[in-house]
Amino acid sequence: MIQVNALAGGLFILTVFGIVAMRQVIGILRLFVAQSILLAGSACILGYEYSSIHLFVVAGITVFTKAFLIPWLLYHMLTHEIHARREITQVFNIPVSLFISAGLVICSYFMVRPLLNTDPSAFLRVNLPIGVAGLFIGGYAVIARREALPQLFGILTMENGAFLAGACIAPNLPLMAELAAAFDVLIIALVVGLLTRSINKRTGTTLVGRMTRLKEE
Amino acid sequence: MELFIILLIPVIVTFVCIIPVKGYMLSARATIIGSFAVLVVSSSMAFAPGLSAHGGPIAFGGWLFCDGFSALIVLLVSFVGFTASLFSLGYMKRMETEMETEYEPGQFRIYYALYNLFLLSMLAVPIFSNVALVWIAVELTTLLSVFLVGFENSSEALEAAWKYVVLTCMGAAIALVGVLILYWGLRLTGTDQFTWSQLFHAAPKMQPVFLKTAFLFILIGFGTKAGLVPLHTWLPDAHSQAPSPVCALLSGIETTTALYIIIRLVPLMTTISGNMASPWLITFGMISVGTAAFLLIQVKDYKRLFAFSTIEHMGIILVAVGLAGSAANLGAVSQIVAHTITKSFCFFAAGATLLVTGTRDISRVRGLIRTSPAAGAALLVGGFAIAGAPPFAVFVSEFSIIRAGLAAGHYLVIGGLVLFIVIAFCGIMSHINGMVFGIPLEKTAAKPVLPAACKFALAIAVVPVVLFGIYYPHAIHTLMQFAALSMGR
Repeated sequence: MIQVNALAGGLFILTVFGIVAMRQVIGILRLFVAQSILLAGSACILGYEYSSIHLFVVAGITVFTKAFLIPWLLYHMLTHEIHARREITQVFNIPVSLFISAGLVICSYFMVRPLLNTDPSAFLRVNLPIGVAGLFIGGYAVIARREALPQLFGILTMENGAFLAGACIAPNLPLMAELAAAFDVLIIALVVGLLTRSINKRTGTTLVGRMTRLKEE
Repeated sequence: MELFIILLIPVIVTFVCIIPVKGYMLSARATIIGSFAVLVVSSSMAFAPGLSAHGGPIAFGGWLFCDGFSALIVLLVSFVGFTASLFSLGYMKRMETEMETEYEPGQFRIYYALYNLFLLSMLAVPIFSNVALVWIAVELTTLLSVFLVGFENSSEALEAAWKYVVLTCMGAAIALVGVLILYWGLRLTGTDQFTWSQLFHAAPKMQPVFLKTAFLFILIGFGTKAGLVPLHTWLPDAHSQAPSPVCALLSGIETTTALYIIIRLVPLMTTISGNMASPWLITFGMISVGTAAFLLIQVKDYKRLFAFSTIEHMGIILVAVGLAGSAANLGAVSQIVAHTITKSFCFFAAGATLLVTGTRDISRVRGLIRTSPAAGAALLVGGFAIAGAPPFAVFVSEFSIIRAGLAAGHYLVIGGLVLFIVIAFCGIMSHINGMVFGIPLEKTAAKPVLPAACKFALAIAVVPVVLFGIYYPHAIHTLMQFAALSMGR
């Protein structure tokens, strides 16, 4: 079980790197689905180990919203955007971004070390640093990407990272919080998706980098 | 029971608002009556004799609670909610008739429904006792206000709404990890109920590393929502592009509800030897005050001016909390009160100016006191009050913070704080001065009449701004002392 969870964790961090490295929106979308399924897998394993029904529900919600509903909504609402064969604008080029992401992973390992010393569980050693790394790299992706959809995936990656870490540190937190939190993600996607649509209609592009009317001079 | 009623009223009003009747006057009136009822109930709760620093009414088996600090925040939310609902009435009428964009009555009904839900989510933040639920409530404030920010549907408003969602969701994800780490630490002490009071009692038994890590994650996460530098960039955009009554809510009270959560953690941190919260709070606070003070000077849009001033005041509150000690805590509480009432008044004044002149541009508003005496006087009073001139509330609270800091020997921090406050004062007043006095431009004398509802809202909102500068009524002073006590151990 521990090894399977470690495999899921390792693949999860790979997908997170992939989201930084991908050049096309459709690729990011596919990676995000894979990432969410890995999160659900890890949550199931932990739910079995800690005998927590909450984590199974979290896994179910994750698969339903992040692997089916959100991709489906985006796919149908923003068909043109998704299939556009252009490269996504980034502040830094991809090798530099990957280098920064690797730095963030090391940083997150350092950050959680004092926490890991308090609890010798093998699951924590995998999930907590990888979850925090997912959180940080997702945040970096939001900052570095300049288009609306990749930014959205950055936020969703952050949420996935937070829940990967959360699955091991708070497996018995009463269900309501997780349910609502996962529900939140759906609403966020809807809000953001609708906004993307109307931004697109208004300004003809989802290139956030071009939205520079509001700034300091 | 009061707690339940406070949350129930906005829900009922929301349902009234979405009834598809002709026009939107029903929803406007229902909102005013509803928010007034919330104000009445929350003041009866806040001034009830049973309330103290660490105790008060509890409802629903401990899911809802209220102590001195919560009661104060609820009171402030409901006050701003009431005055903003009055201002909305006049503002929406004017938007319907005279703005370029065409609006349907249905859109206004949706505005009022969202307004009430937004109010509900902000009332829920201080009332919920479970920390995970509080996180959800904060997330809901974002989701419900984002459509209000983008209500005017211009490309600027959408840009502002987008930045708002992206940055605050990032903050929420970071804060979520902090909340979960807090729960982890709490569980290791053998406590299972994840409430503020349980945390307060269990904190001395918790391992310091959990408190420290959770505090940092939550400070950065909810600090984003409160507009602390460097994650403040969404705030001037969102707070300048939203309709003015919504700005008053966003700037006046929504930022404070985010700070409320950070401040709730401070008494937990004091159990750790060498209280590590203070340096972080003071550093973040000083950076925010300093950055905002210099950015204030160069603004070209007067709503952005007040938005930057919000960042400045959030910084001042954080510094005051960081100074620790009962005098500084009372200063922080009075700064929270003074900022909320003054900033909401400022945004009403800014909204009145916008209605009268039709522009947000500072350089195109001149001689306002002649073209519209009401808006001009309001803007002048608002400018003086928020910049910290006597005899207004902000002056008193800033003065008490400075005095508390000097008495505790924090000369460097207070020196920097005073310098930044003076710079901000000059920045605000030079802009306001030019707008209110100066020589009127020919073109801007188009619509000098303010709707009566706006004047009424301004008249109500100015009362505490002036009153609290001279004298705090006994009941409010007691409430503030309770709130200050609950910031310490």
